[in-house]
Amino acid sequence: MTGNHQTPALLLFSVFVAVTLGITTWVSRNRHGSAEEFYAGGRLFSPMENGFAIAGDYMSAASFLGVSGLIALFGYDGLLYGVGFLVAWLVVLFLVAELVRNCGRFTLADVVAARMSERPVRIAAGTSSVTVSVLYLVAQMVGAGSLVALLLGNTGEAARSWAVIGVGALMVVYVSLGGMRATTWIQIVKAVLLLGGTVVLTVLVLLRFHGDFDQLLRTAADRSGHGAAFLAPGLKYGGDWTARFDFMSLGLALVLGTAGLPHILSRFYTVPTARAARRSVVWAIGLIGGFYLMTIVLGFGAAAIVGPQAVRGSNASGNTAVPLLALDLGGGADSTGGTVLFAVVTAVAFATILAVVAGITLASSASVAHDLYASLRRRDAEPRSEVTVARIAAVGVGVVAIGLGLLARDLNVAFLVGLAFAVAASANLPALLYSLFWQGFTTRGAVWAVYGGLIPALVLVVLSPVVSGSPESLFPDMDFQYFPLQNPGLVSIPLGFVAGWLGTVTSAEIADEAKHAETEVRSLTGAGAA
Amino acid sequence: MQSSNDRARADGDGPETGGPTSHAREHHEDLGRAFVETAGDLHYEDPWYDALASGWGESAVSPHVSEVPGARRERETGAAAAARIYLEVQRSAAFQEVRRRYRRFVVPAVLGFFVWYVAYVVAATTAPEFMARPVAGAVNVALLAGLGQFLSTFLLTWAYARHARLRRDRAALELRWDTQELTRGARGGAL
Repeated sequence: MTGNHQTPALLLFSVFVAVTLGITTWVSRNRHGSAEEFYAGGRLFSPMENGFAIAGDYMSAASFLGVSGLIALFGYDGLLYGVGFLVAWLVVLFLVAELVRNCGRFTLADVVAARMSERPVRIAAGTSSVTVSVLYLVAQMVGAGSLVALLLGNTGEAARSWAVIGVGALMVVYVSLGGMRATTWIQIVKAVLLLGGTVVLTVLVLLRFHGDFDQLLRTAADRSGHGAAFLAPGLKYGGDWTARFDFMSLGLALVLGTAGLPHILSRFYTVPTARAARRSVVWAIGLIGGFYLMTIVLGFGAAAIVGPQAVRGSNASGNTAVPLLALDLGGGADSTGGTVLFAVVTAVAFATILAVVAGITLASSASVAHDLYASLRRRDAEPRSEVTVARIAAVGVGVVAIGLGLLARDLNVAFLVGLAFAVAASANLPALLYSLFWQGFTTRGAVWAVYGGLIPALVLVVLSPVVSGSPESLFPDMDFQYFPLQNPGLVSIPLGFVAGWLGTVTSAEIADEAKHAETEVRSLTGAGAA
Repeated sequence: MQSSNDRARADGDGPETGGPTSHAREHHEDLGRAFVETAGDLHYEDPWYDALASGWGESAVSPHVSEVPGARRERETGAAAAARIYLEVQRSAAFQEVRRRYRRFVVPAVLGFFVWYVAYVVAATTAPEFMARPVAGAVNVALLAGLGQFLSTFLLTWAYARHARLRRDRAALELRWDTQELTRGARGGAL
């Protein structure tokens, strides 16, 4: 990366920041300051708008740069990520979207706590939501840092730190000033930009091979040095059984985690009805599916055109494959076309990170204010407006994320995302599904389901090779590794479900039949929905 | 069919619609959809259509839900009356039909795609030789299976949206208005 690519990229990125800040001020000009407005954007987005916003929230830099990079380096094994990320949406569509829209108001805890003794359940669900959000947030911050390091030609730690701080500051501004309405519009703008950029690159790759996908695959396989093995699973997750189980664990976390991500759940409250929530998920599945299909073309295209050696040379984990591909497709490093296309791709990647980060910050500030603060504040404390607390919480979450982002900057982005998915699937999904579908589910069951998934997931990560015991770990000099897998999902997700069941059958409390009737009727008909 | 449309419409217009904007929109969607359906006659080709017209709605729901709680309204507090209404609605034939339809689609669909996905992941990790078997040109079993996952996801999404639109939405909407009217009446009566 030489200097002449930087200026146009930074220019484009500044335009995006200016436009989004413009949206934020324009939106906050006539805001009402109500919780409805701040958390749910007034609930009046159309299904198409919300579908684009969901896609914008979901297609993070880890997908755009990470998945295509993995395909460029490991061929077929990268594609497995895309499949998991997409299939997960069927869980959301079938079991979660409409019912959650009908039962809740702003957060996951609204749904789970509706039938239960409210305080402990709210604290549990709020805690796990904030944990998931912070993990996801740190992944995006680390991604932002790597992207800047790439763009500024690895000029060192200072630029990287400033990128993390800058992203954090911007997201706090978006969220605390603009609330859900501004965040949603930023997601929509970003989704359009990202999809537009991906379509252009995909068309260029296919044109390069005269529309012959088979030719593209064969070139990629030849160039990779692995031959036909490049197009089959096993290059990354083959090998010993630990690696294979690790992949199964990741696959399980990906497909079950999406439905427990707080920033995805909160998107369903921005539309007026459950039917609109369903239609926005249908839009989102179409957009996300199309996006991952194009990512496959880009990944194999990068392998065929740039070559895995060059990709690995620029960034060991492959994150720079797509920008390098853009440079080549535009006509090479010294051409105007190459420079412009490179600038567009990096600016889009930045925009992606900013938008995703804003969405997660909003969801976690909602959990802090609506769930934790509302349950934990002292009874005699001066009651503050919940929205004020949420704005302050957004600043707090921003500071925490910047701090952790600076600490964790050497961790792998895809791993952090996988971890966030695993925790969401272990802690949030069991409680959510049980409370929607199980009549006998009790307060103790709900609390156990959340902590019974959350704690094992976090403990297993601490005991995993990610933290200690191998040269790539966070603390390579120490060895307290007792759990062989990097992703805890395979163990912690079943534990979450078992804990919820165990808590329910051992509790003396008998589930309130009328409360369950209310949940069931409301979830399927929308009666009394906010 | 026509009577059913009119009913939904009349319910939508009723004074009980709290939260004016959202319900106006829902009502709007409903009108638009009813128009499309009557114009396109798509609905009548659905093999489930007859069951839909006779299974719920016209006779079953209204008397069953609306009278019992109404009679006891004054003797109960608002919350208890509301709880009672939700139980009544849950036991009503109309609601059970909506729930049955939802479950009969969702349970097999969830099992189906989950097993298919797990089989795919397990095959990719434990049987790479099988997955590497070439099919046509550079395309092998693994690529076809991966694209098959995309395809099945799109198809299931389409099928679910269609099923919900044709088989659940109208019944759910009617139940929603009825239930809200009852709970509002119960809460109002208690004050």
